[in-house]
Amino acid sequence: MLCATSRLLAARTATALPAQPRGRGPGARCRRRELHFPGHPELDLDDFLTGRLARPSVPVGRRAILRRGRMPPAVGGGPAGSELRPRRGRCGPQTARVVGPDETAKPAARNPKRAGWGSRHFEAAGRWALLALVTLLSFATRFHRLEEPPHVCWDETHFGKMGSYYINRTFFFDVHPPLGKMLIGLAGYLSGYDGTFLFQKPGDKYEHHNYMGMRGFCAFLGSLLVPFAYLIVLELSKSLPAALLTAALLTFDTGCLTLSQYILLDPILMFFIMAAMLSMVKYNSCANRPFSAPWWFWLSLTGINLAGALGVKFVGLFIILQVGWNTISDLWHLFGDLSLSVVTVGKHLTARILCLIVLPLTLYTATYAVHFMVLNKSGPGDGFFSSAFQARLSGNNLHNASIPEHLAYGSVITVKNLRMAIGYLHSHRHLYPEGIGARQQQVTTYLHKDYNNLWIIKKHNTNADPLDPSLPVEFVRHGDIIRLEHKETSRNLHSHYHEAPLTRKHYQVTGYGINGTGDSNDFWRIEVINRKFGNRIKVLRSRIRLIHLVTGCVLGSSGKVLPKWGWEQLEVTCTPYLKETLNSIWNVEDHINPKLPNISLDVLQPSFPEVLLESHMVMIRGNNGLKPKDNEFTSKPWHWPINYQGLRFSGINDTDFRVYLLGNPVVWWLNLLSIALYLLLGSIIAVAVQRGAHLPVEVEGLSQVLLRGGGQLLLGWILHYFPFFLMGRILYFHHYFPAMLFSSMLTGILWDTLLRLWAWSLASSSLARGLYVVGNLSLLLGTAYSFYLFHPLAYGMVGPLAQDPRSPMAGLRWLESWDF
Amino acid sequence: MLGFLKHPVVVTADINLNVVALTAMGLLSRLWQLSYPRAVVFDEVYYGQYISFYMKRIFFLDGSGPPFGHMLLALGGYLGGFDGNFLWNRIGAEYSSNVPVWSLRLLPALTGALSVPMAYQILSELGFSHCAAMGAALLMLIENALITQSRLMLLESVLIFFNLLAVLSYLKFSNSQKQRPFSPSWWFWLTLTGVACSCAVGVKYVGVFTYLLVLAVAGVHAWHLIGDRSLSNVSVLCHLLARAAALLVVPAAMYLLFFYVHLSLVYRSGPHDQIMSSAFQASLEGGLARITQGQPLEVAYGSQVTLKNVFGKPAPCWLHSHQSTYPMIYENGRGSSHQQQVTCYPFKDVNNWWIVKDPGRHQLVVSNPPRPVRHGDVVQLVHGMTTRFLNTHDVAAPLSPHSQEVSCYIDYNISMPPQNLWRLDIVNRDSDAGVWKTILSEVRLVHVNTSAVLKLSGAHLPDWGFRQLEVVGEKLSRGYHESTVWNVEEHRYGKSQEQKEREVELHSPTQMDVHRNLSFLARFLELQWRMLTAKSDGSEHKYSSSPLDWVTLDTSIAYWLHPRTSAQIHLLGNVVIWASASLATVVYALLFFWYLLRRRRKICDLPEDSWLRWVLAGALCAGGWAVNYVPFFLMEKTLFLYHYLPALTFQILLLPVVLQHISDHLCRTQLLRSLFSALLVAWYSCACHVFNTLRPLTYGDKSLSPSELKALRWKDSWDILIRKY
Repeated sequence: MLCATSRLLAARTATALPAQPRGRGPGARCRRRELHFPGHPELDLDDFLTGRLARPSVPVGRRAILRRGRMPPAVGGGPAGSELRPRRGRCGPQTARVVGPDETAKPAARNPKRAGWGSRHFEAAGRWALLALVTLLSFATRFHRLEEPPHVCWDETHFGKMGSYYINRTFFFDVHPPLGKMLIGLAGYLSGYDGTFLFQKPGDKYEHHNYMGMRGFCAFLGSLLVPFAYLIVLELSKSLPAALLTAALLTFDTGCLTLSQYILLDPILMFFIMAAMLSMVKYNSCANRPFSAPWWFWLSLTGINLAGALGVKFVGLFIILQVGWNTISDLWHLFGDLSLSVVTVGKHLTARILCLIVLPLTLYTATYAVHFMVLNKSGPGDGFFSSAFQARLSGNNLHNASIPEHLAYGSVITVKNLRMAIGYLHSHRHLYPEGIGARQQQVTTYLHKDYNNLWIIKKHNTNADPLDPSLPVEFVRHGDIIRLEHKETSRNLHSHYHEAPLTRKHYQVTGYGINGTGDSNDFWRIEVINRKFGNRIKVLRSRIRLIHLVTGCVLGSSGKVLPKWGWEQLEVTCTPYLKETLNSIWNVEDHINPKLPNISLDVLQPSFPEVLLESHMVMIRGNNGLKPKDNEFTSKPWHWPINYQGLRFSGINDTDFRVYLLGNPVVWWLNLLSIALYLLLGSIIAVAVQRGAHLPVEVEGLSQVLLRGGGQLLLGWILHYFPFFLMGRILYFHHYFPAMLFSSMLTGILWDTLLRLWAWSLASSSLARGLYVVGNLSLLLGTAYSFYLFHPLAYGMVGPLAQDPRSPMAGLRWLESWDF
Repeated sequence: MLGFLKHPVVVTADINLNVVALTAMGLLSRLWQLSYPRAVVFDEVYYGQYISFYMKRIFFLDGSGPPFGHMLLALGGYLGGFDGNFLWNRIGAEYSSNVPVWSLRLLPALTGALSVPMAYQILSELGFSHCAAMGAALLMLIENALITQSRLMLLESVLIFFNLLAVLSYLKFSNSQKQRPFSPSWWFWLTLTGVACSCAVGVKYVGVFTYLLVLAVAGVHAWHLIGDRSLSNVSVLCHLLARAAALLVVPAAMYLLFFYVHLSLVYRSGPHDQIMSSAFQASLEGGLARITQGQPLEVAYGSQVTLKNVFGKPAPCWLHSHQSTYPMIYENGRGSSHQQQVTCYPFKDVNNWWIVKDPGRHQLVVSNPPRPVRHGDVVQLVHGMTTRFLNTHDVAAPLSPHSQEVSCYIDYNISMPPQNLWRLDIVNRDSDAGVWKTILSEVRLVHVNTSAVLKLSGAHLPDWGFRQLEVVGEKLSRGYHESTVWNVEEHRYGKSQEQKEREVELHSPTQMDVHRNLSFLARFLELQWRMLTAKSDGSEHKYSSSPLDWVTLDTSIAYWLHPRTSAQIHLLGNVVIWASASLATVVYALLFFWYLLRRRRKICDLPEDSWLRWVLAGALCAGGWAVNYVPFFLMEKTLFLYHYLPALTFQILLLPVVLQHISDHLCRTQLLRSLFSALLVAWYSCACHVFNTLRPLTYGDKSLSPSELKALRWKDSWDILIRKY
C-alpha cells in the first residue's frame, strides 16, 4: 500500500507542479533544496549507522539550524519538495519519463554540487532500507512462536468464538461493533478454519483446528503498528533517530508484542488508530497543495481508518476526537487566512465533511449491513432483539413464523416490551428483598430467551383449565379482563400500592398467589393500541397494554437495572401515568396453544435504520451492564502507565505454559518519565516564547517540532487515557495500549530533541556529535537489552514462578504486584 | 510633625443607595416570617441531624459534602442556644420549643439576601451599565426558587453566595490590577477570591466547578501578564507567586482548616463509627476507645485477638467461627469439606476471638516476656471458643466457587490433612521486621500451602450460614485489595492454660493501658477518603429528576404541606425568568460565534473594549452556568431540581448582559431602542406577576383552594399537592 501510494504521489505531484495555484518559482525550490541538502536527516543517520564520517563535518547544531529553518509553519508539514526527493531518488530513470514537465526544472533544482546527486540515490535507498528493516524486525518478533501456546488464551475464547459465529453465520450479540470480529472471521475463513471449534474456555486445546490464520491476521496488523509509528514520528519530526527510537520502543515492548499475538480485537483497533493517525499526519503535510490527488487520498484514507477504528470498538471514538480537533484547528487557520476567499474555505469545509464525516459513517453503516447479511441464522443473540428483527433469522421460531394467529385463553406466551433492549416479561423463584415493597416474587424483564419468560393467559374469574378438550376455544379480545400466570412458578402477575424498587413514583409488580389462585390485584385489562373493543388480539402484530384493574396503572418497564438481588435484570413497574410510551407497550411473541392450528405469519420486517438503531441501543445497554462488583479486584486507570499489574493470558502454576501481558518496564517507565519531561520542557519553552525571549534559530526549530508534533502526540495520549477515569464499566489493563502507542511516539520525539539540544549547547562539535550518537545508541541498545530480559513474558515460560531462583524470570519481579 | 493638625479631618462616604435599597429588599424577601413554618421542611431533616450532632459533639460522616456548610448551619444553632435535642425523623414534624428555628434559618437567608446586591456589583464590575446591573439584581430578587431555597436550613443559598463572592472579588481584583497592583485592596480582593472559592468547595463539592472556572480565567489573565513585555521578569514572577499563593495555597489551607475544626468539634463516638477504621474509632471519645483503652500494643504469640476486615463492605465485620459445619452438599449439588464454618460477622460476639499460636509450640498463653509476632512469621490461628485451627484447602468455597473454602479444621477425614499455617504479611509496616500492632497494623494472611489470601468475598451465606458473610481463600493474589486486609481490633494477652478458664477469660472485657491518637493528617485523609467513596444507594426519590428536566422546569419538589390546610411550600422557579435566561444563553452563544467568525475574517462589529467585556462576561456567566450544569450529566447520584440553582444564578446574570448588548449594538435607531425598552418593562412586569402568583407556594403562608391550586398547575409534571376532602 505504501509503495503504491508513493508512486501515485510522485506522478501526481509531478504533473501538478507547474499548475500550482501560488506556485513557487523554480528558484524558490532551488534555494529550498539547497538548504535542505546538507542537513538531511538520513545523512546523520547513515553516518551513525555505518560509522562512515566521510562527509565534511557540519556541526550538529548547524545542521539543526538548517533543517529546522526549513520547517514549514503547518503542523508537521513537509513541503512538496520533501515529498519529491526520495521518490525521484528511488525510481529516478523510470519516473523521469513520466515526470515530463519537471525535467526542465531539474537542472535548476539540482544541487550545485554534482557529487550530491549520486549519494542522494544512496540516501533514499538507505531510508527505504531502514523502513524495511524496522518492518522486518517487527514482523519477526510478532510472528516468532506465534503458534504457542496451542490452546485458547484469555479473550480468544470470546473473539475466536465470535469469528466462528461469522463462519457459521449464526446470530450473536456482543457489546462491541462488528467489524473486528468480522475480520477475524474472514481471516479464519480464508485460512481454512471451518468454524467448528467451540472456544469454550481458556486453556482448551486447539488440536487439529486451524487457528493460525486468525492469529496470523492479528499478528500481521499488530506488526504494522511499528512501521506506522516510525512513519508518523518521521513525518512529525523529520528526524530518523527519533523515528528509530520509537520503532525500537514498540518493537521491544513485551506488552504490545503479547497483545498482537492472539485472536483479540486490540491489534485490529490499534491498527486502525495508528493508520488514521498516520494518514492524518500525511494529509497535514499536503496542506500546501490542497485538492491535489495525495491530499484527497490521505484525507479520505483518514476517514476510512476512522470508520475502521469505530467499527472495531467504541473507544475508536477517541481518535475521531483527535482528528476532529485537528480538522477544526486546521479550518480555523484557513478561515483566518484572508488571502483565501470564503468560497475556498467553504470548499475545504465540504471536502472535510465528505471525507471525515460522510465517508466514515457510510462505511460504518456498511459494516453493519454486512454483519446482518452474513448472520442470517438464529443463534445465542436472538433474545436481545425485537420480535420483528428475529423474524429475519432462519431457524428462529419467528422466521416464516408458524404459530396460532389469535390469542386464546390457555395459550402459553412470551410477552416482549416494544422499547428496544428491554426484553421479555420475566419472573423467577426469588423474592424482593426485605425493605423493598412487599416480600413477594420478583417480576423483571430479561433479554435472554428462557423458560421463565413463559406466561399462561387465563380468565380472571374461573380456574378451569382452558386446554380441556371439552371446552370450546375462546379467544382473548380487546378489553377483556385477564390473569397472567407464570408457567414455571404458578404465580400470578400482581401489582399493588407499594413503591416500585427503583422508580419510586410507580407501583411494584410482583408474582403472587399459590398455584394460580391469588386475589383481585391479579386482574389486568388487556388493550390493543388503536383498535376497537371486542377485536381479537393478534400475536406479534398487536401492540398491547396491560392495565391493572384495581389501581388503574399500566404495566411497563422503566429500563433501569436492578441491583444484585435482582440479578441485574431490568425493573418492571406499574405506572400510574397513562402517558403512552413504548416502555408500557408490549407484544406477544411466542404463542403455544395445541388447540389452535399453526398458520404461517409474515412478521413486519424492520427497516435497516431501525435494526441499526436497535443494535446500538442493545450494545450501549450491554456496555453499561458491565459493572465491577464491590469485593472484586479490578484494574484502575492509574495502575496502567506505571505498569502496576499485568494480565494473565494463560497458565497459573509452575507446570503451565504461562503468558503474562505486561509492558516492558524499561520502555513504560521511560515513557512515563518522558511525559513529565515533555510537560516541563514544553512549558519552559512556551513561557519563554510568551515572554518574548529570542530563541536561537536552531532551538526555535527544535521547539517547533516539540510543541507541534509532540503536542499532537500528547493530545493523542490524553484522549486515549483520561476518558477511562470517567467510565463506570469494568476496565482492564489492555485498554491502555492505544494510549501507550502515543506515549512511545512522544518519547521518541522528546529524547531526540533533548539530545539535539544538549549537543547544541556543547562547544566542541565532535563532542556534540559523539554525545548525540552515544545517546541514541544507548537508548536503542538499552531497550533491546530489556527486551532480552523480559521476552519470556510474551513468548511464554514454563517452570518455576519468579520467586524461585531457578526461574527464567528470577530477579525480574521488580514490583510485588507482578504475578508471573 | 503635627502637620496633620493643619488640615481638617474629613470622612467622605460614598454610599450607593441602589445597593442599600437592593440589600434591604433582599433582606425583606428572604427574612420575612422566617420562622414560619415551625416544622421540619424537606431536607432540613438531614441537615438538622448534623446540627444536632455538632451540638452534642458526636462524630458523624456525611458523604454529600465537606463539613464547612454543616458547621455554618450549626453556628446558627450555637448562637441560638440550641442543645441538639430534637428528633429529626420526618418531614412535617413540628419543632419543639427548644429549637431556635429563626437563628437556624438565619444564615442561609442572609446569604440568599446578600446575593441580590452582589449580582448588581458583579455586573457593574464587568463594566455594564447601572441599568443592566439593577436588572440582574431585580431578577435575583424575584426568583421564587432562590427565595424558597434561602429561607430554609439548606446549603444551596450559601453555596451560591460564595460562588458569587468568588466571582465578584476576582473581578474587583482584576480591575484593580490595571491601576494599582500590590496595593492593599488588590491583596484584599485576591485573597478574598481564594477564601471564597475554598468556602464554596467547603459547602458542597460542586463548588469546585466554580473554583476551576475562576482558576481558568485567572490562568488566562496570568498568561497575558507573562506576555506583557513592559513588566520586568521579577515583577511577573511576583505576580505569579501572589496568585499561586492566594488561589492555590490559601484554598488548600482553608480546606484543611475546615476539617481540623470539624474533627475537633465532633470528638465523641457516634452512630457512624462502624464505617471508619479501628484506628480512627479508637481516636474518638467513648465507643471503641473505651473498650480498647489500655490494650497491649504488640501482638505476641498467645495473644487473643479479634480480626476486623478493613474493607468492610457490604458491612463492617469480624472474622468469626461457630460450632456449625458447612453442609455436606450444597443446593446446587457441589460438595463441601463438611468442616466448621468460618464467616465474617457484623456484630461483636465472643465467637470472634482468635488466639495467635506459634506452630512450633503447644502453648496458647503469652510467655514472659511476650514474643511479638513480626512480618513474615508463620502463625496458626486458633478459634477461642472451639479451639479449632483456621484452615483452608483446595475445596471450592460455598458461594465463590473460584476461591478456596476457609474452615476450622476437623479431622473427620484423614484424606484431607490440616493446612493451617498462615504467613503474616503486614501491609503498612515501617520496616521489614515490623511488629504486628493492635489496631494500627493492616495485615494479610497468606496461606502457606496454597498461597491463597484470606478474603471477605462480600456474599451473604444462605440460611445454613445464618446469613453471615462469606470468607474465602483467594487463590490468585491479584494485587492489593482492601477486602483481603484485616486488622486486630480487640486484643489481650492470654493467660489461661485450660479451655474452661479461657472461655471465661474470653467473655471478660479487655484491659487497657496504652492510649493512642492518630495525627490530624491521617484522620483527615481517612475521613476524606471515606466521604468520597461513601456510596449513596442508587435508589430514586419521588421528587428526583434528570438534568434535562431542569432547563425547562419540568419538575418541582413539594417541600412541605401544612398538616391541616392546603398551605404548602413548593420548590418552583419563576418560569418567565427561567425561560428567558435559557433563551439568553442561546442568543449569547449564537452571537458570540457569529462575532468570532467575523473577527477571524477581520470584520470587527464591536469595538475592542466592548468585545473584551462581552467575552469576559460570557466566560464568567455562561461559563459559570455550563460548569455548574453539564457535570451533572455525568453524575450517578440522585439529582434534584435544587442542584440546578447555582447554574441558574449565573444564567440570570447573563440575561441583562445579553439584553444590554442587544439594545446597545443591535438596535440601530433610537426608535428601536425605545421600543426595546418598552418591551423590557413589559417583560419584567410579567416576571413580577408570575412571582406574585407563585408566591403562596414559595412562602407557604396562604392556604389556597383546590381550584386555585389546580390553576397553578401549569405543567402536568408539577406535583402540586391537592388535598382530597
